[in-house]
Amino acid sequence: MNALDRKLFRDLSRMKGQALAIALVMGSGIAIYVMSAAAVESLESARSAYYDKCRFAQAFTHLKRAPNALVARIAEIPGVSQVDARIVVDVVLDAPGTPEPVTGRLISLPKGLHEGLNTLHLRKGRFIEPGRRGEAVVSEPFAEANGIGPGDRVRAVINGRLDYLHIVGVGISPEYIYQIRPGELLPDDKRFGVFWMDYEELAPAYDLDGAFNDVALTLAPDANEAEVLQHLDNLTERYGGLGAYGRDEQLSHRLISDEIQQLRATAVITPSIFLAVAAFIINVAMSRLVNTQREQIAALKAFGYTRREVGLHYLKLVLMIAVIGACIGSAAGIWLGNSLTDIYAQYFRFPSFEYHISSKAIFLAFFFAAAMSVLGTIGTVLRAMMLPPAEAMHPEAPGIYHQTFIERIGRRGMFSPPTIMILRQLQRRPVRAVLSCLGMAFSVALLVIGNFTVDIVNYTIDFQFFRTQRQDMTLTLVESRSLRGFHEIARLPGVTRAEPFRSAAVRLRLGHRSRRTAIMGLPQERTLYRLLDVDEREVAIPPSGIMMSEKLAEILGARIGDTVTVEVMEGERPVREVRITGLIRDFSGTSAYMDIHALNAMLSEGDVVSGAFLTTDATKLPALYKEIKETPLIAGASLKKAALVSFRETLAKNLLITTLFYVIFSCIVTFGVAYNSIEVTLSERSRELATLRVIGFTHAETSYILLGEITILTLAAIPLGLALGWALAALTVKALATETQRFPLVIESSTYAFAAVTVLLATAASALGARRKLKRLSLVAVLKARD
Amino acid sequence: MDSGLTAGSAPQPAEESAGPEAVLRVRGVSKVHHMGEIDVHALRGVDLDLYAGEIAVLLGPSGSGKSTLLNILGGLDHPTAGSVRHYDEELTTLDDARLTRYRRECVGFVFQFYNLIPSLTARENVALVTDIASNPMRPEEALGLVDLANRLDHFPAQLSGGEQQRVAIARAIAKRPEVLLCDEPTGALDAHTGILVLEVIGRINRELGTTTALITHNAVISEMADRVISLSGGEITGVRRNGKKVAPKDLAW
Repeated sequence: MNALDRKLFRDLSRMKGQALAIALVMGSGIAIYVMSAAAVESLESARSAYYDKCRFAQAFTHLKRAPNALVARIAEIPGVSQVDARIVVDVVLDAPGTPEPVTGRLISLPKGLHEGLNTLHLRKGRFIEPGRRGEAVVSEPFAEANGIGPGDRVRAVINGRLDYLHIVGVGISPEYIYQIRPGELLPDDKRFGVFWMDYEELAPAYDLDGAFNDVALTLAPDANEAEVLQHLDNLTERYGGLGAYGRDEQLSHRLISDEIQQLRATAVITPSIFLAVAAFIINVAMSRLVNTQREQIAALKAFGYTRREVGLHYLKLVLMIAVIGACIGSAAGIWLGNSLTDIYAQYFRFPSFEYHISSKAIFLAFFFAAAMSVLGTIGTVLRAMMLPPAEAMHPEAPGIYHQTFIERIGRRGMFSPPTIMILRQLQRRPVRAVLSCLGMAFSVALLVIGNFTVDIVNYTIDFQFFRTQRQDMTLTLVESRSLRGFHEIARLPGVTRAEPFRSAAVRLRLGHRSRRTAIMGLPQERTLYRLLDVDEREVAIPPSGIMMSEKLAEILGARIGDTVTVEVMEGERPVREVRITGLIRDFSGTSAYMDIHALNAMLSEGDVVSGAFLTTDATKLPALYKEIKETPLIAGASLKKAALVSFRETLAKNLLITTLFYVIFSCIVTFGVAYNSIEVTLSERSRELATLRVIGFTHAETSYILLGEITILTLAAIPLGLALGWALAALTVKALATETQRFPLVIESSTYAFAAVTVLLATAASALGARRKLKRLSLVAVLKARD
Repeated sequence: MDSGLTAGSAPQPAEESAGPEAVLRVRGVSKVHHMGEIDVHALRGVDLDLYAGEIAVLLGPSGSGKSTLLNILGGLDHPTAGSVRHYDEELTTLDDARLTRYRRECVGFVFQFYNLIPSLTARENVALVTDIASNPMRPEEALGLVDLANRLDHFPAQLSGGEQQRVAIARAIAKRPEVLLCDEPTGALDAHTGILVLEVIGRINRELGTTTALITHNAVISEMADRVISLSGGEITGVRRNGKKVAPKDLAW
């Protein structure tokens, strides 16, 4: 190794505290990047392998009842590759050990088990055997949540008749990689499960002999999806088709896509901030290093080292720090990515979910780390290159200081000489002061956005479950029934209040944009299902007109006062023009609301209900559950409290883990920035401070000069950082928003306080360390040494 | 200032006949530093030759321009006007890269404050130069020449001032430079240590024949020189050739 490289390593080892701090900040960003990139890669490769293997369909539609003869006509649609017609129905189940009613989705399997689309991947047990009564394969999440498996029985009311499903196998399907009940915000594996059964068994039970009510199909490689969907709609319309849709609207697919999209956003935004902070602090550190080594640089040049060699020397130092950061970050990222993948494996069920990280992602991690560090220090490196060699011959002239603004306006008398020194020092290197302050501000901001996800989740849950949807339970009827059905529900034991709703599948159109959704009809008199406007004030439903979620309006490009075309997908399939009378705030889905009477009138139906929102008497729940399980007209029950509990047990816990990652990383950044700033100040001013000590200043007085600067910078950085945190949170909320999920910009004051206090503590801890160093400073040695 | 500086003081016929060659030839060199509103004239039309193998002492008070002159001789700085020739090569027109090569190949520097790299040992400080020189001695050899063979692996902080300066000299001569330029090499040292350092410089000059220019404000030191060039106010005020060089150990200040 040549002598100059030796100097490199010695310099690095001399500034190891700082170098490590910078490398850790950089590493934190890189870790988040690698972790997110690994999760994206793992999810994508697992999903695409699964889709290929199990022939996941590309278009879907549900209808009321169509004869099997229609299948051949669907298959003739240009662009259709393979068609799978089946029966899909929801029923209420009684699972062993679960008192609450369970919603089961029964799906018929084709005769040739492995020929159809969306084929089952068996995890346990065996496939059903045709002709054997009551056999079913159950979805894995449900089996796990309820502790059931092959050999167990589940009691079901199948089309009005009590029956037993005999579990013979546990499986997963590409249609339910993420198993969530349609219309729900949170998965509830204990109370929602999928069961695959023999067609021959389901068809007679639902009066679908020689018929089907659900279609899945794949497309030829050159197919135009929109045209196929249109054809499919045309063919199924007279059979009560609810509107065809592609994978982009398939719930499980979309939720995974959304997750991937959010991971991608995370992989860009957060690491960028971390690396920007790293660039700030490496700039400050290198600029100080070059300052203190100016005579060495000049000497090197005097000996004949070229500018390039000098520049390269410092660039190597920067790159070594970057490489250390990238190594730490990649290792941490790979490890964290593994844990993240494990977390995903709890929600996303793949036949094999292997942890996957490409060398490209690692390469990019190193590239970004190197690029940001070089970007942060290029000015300093150029300064070292351009330093005139004649400088070596004489010591650095005293820095040029000026009176500060405060002094100029005649307030000099207010400040002691030490304070004046602090102010002038800040003013002398304004760029560095600004960069240090920005670095610190960013770490405050990172702490804010690290924690605010928890605020968002709390807010959303409060909003969704306590402010808008205040029911304890939602019951859905098998088919829309007259008010009599509703009264029957209202009379169930333990029901303290019941409010009806009507739900109708529709397609909304405005201009060339359209969206498949459902309109919910609600009564005027209601307390359970409340609608809040964009200012989160409760609004009444107008007797006529439609209200819709902000997101749906955005998708349709609609504004209040616009008229949308409502194409009803059931019954008489009327098409009506309806005026938008208001926008509703919500954070998931694309809902639309009308007055229940207006909706029924539009459907040319009398007083019809699709289900009811209930509040219940907790002491009478067992009786209520028993009744629900045995009431044939109830197709599904969704329990808010149960869902909330399971959410807090699982998702929330995992969210907390990931939040913890971010907060730990943000704390590392904060300490890194504070430590670095103080080290720089200490090393630059030790000579000056030692001189002050020699001429009689106390330790406290010199500490004041040392720490005053960082204190001012920190105090300036906190409000700036909180504002920056708010802005970054707004950006994050925007970047993470998907159609299925949106996030309010909510930052609790506790989050702001946590960020501010953490930064103060980090600064104080670094300051105490520096103060001790200052105390240990050998006055004689400092004054003698020229470096 | 006349151009006959070389003859400015009673030339010795023996030397004249040997025809010492001018390694560096300075003509009409001026240097103006622009310091904000005012111009500082550091050098005003200096003419000077440095002959092969001699020790020339540039003597003058602070601000006389001697450091500026040395920087220009060493290719660290460009003059505002005038010509500096290294043999046939005009230094004033060289770009940074060519000046760097000149310094790399031809010049050894010794600074008043040593300018050792604190993070490198004595041996490594010398290696810094031998790494990039075309025909260097081994660092150990160079350190042997300055009597530091037993301090090879000491860091600058573990060496006395005199030792540090000798490392600096070893570093300067390890590349076997044509010209050794010393800027107040004893300025930071006490008399006893300073004399040790001057002895090393004298010995290098004798043994390697290195042309040496040495800056000092200490008139006593000028007695070890072949020639003494006095500067004041940016001008050469006199050139004296010493009839008899005094060995450094016999200098007294």
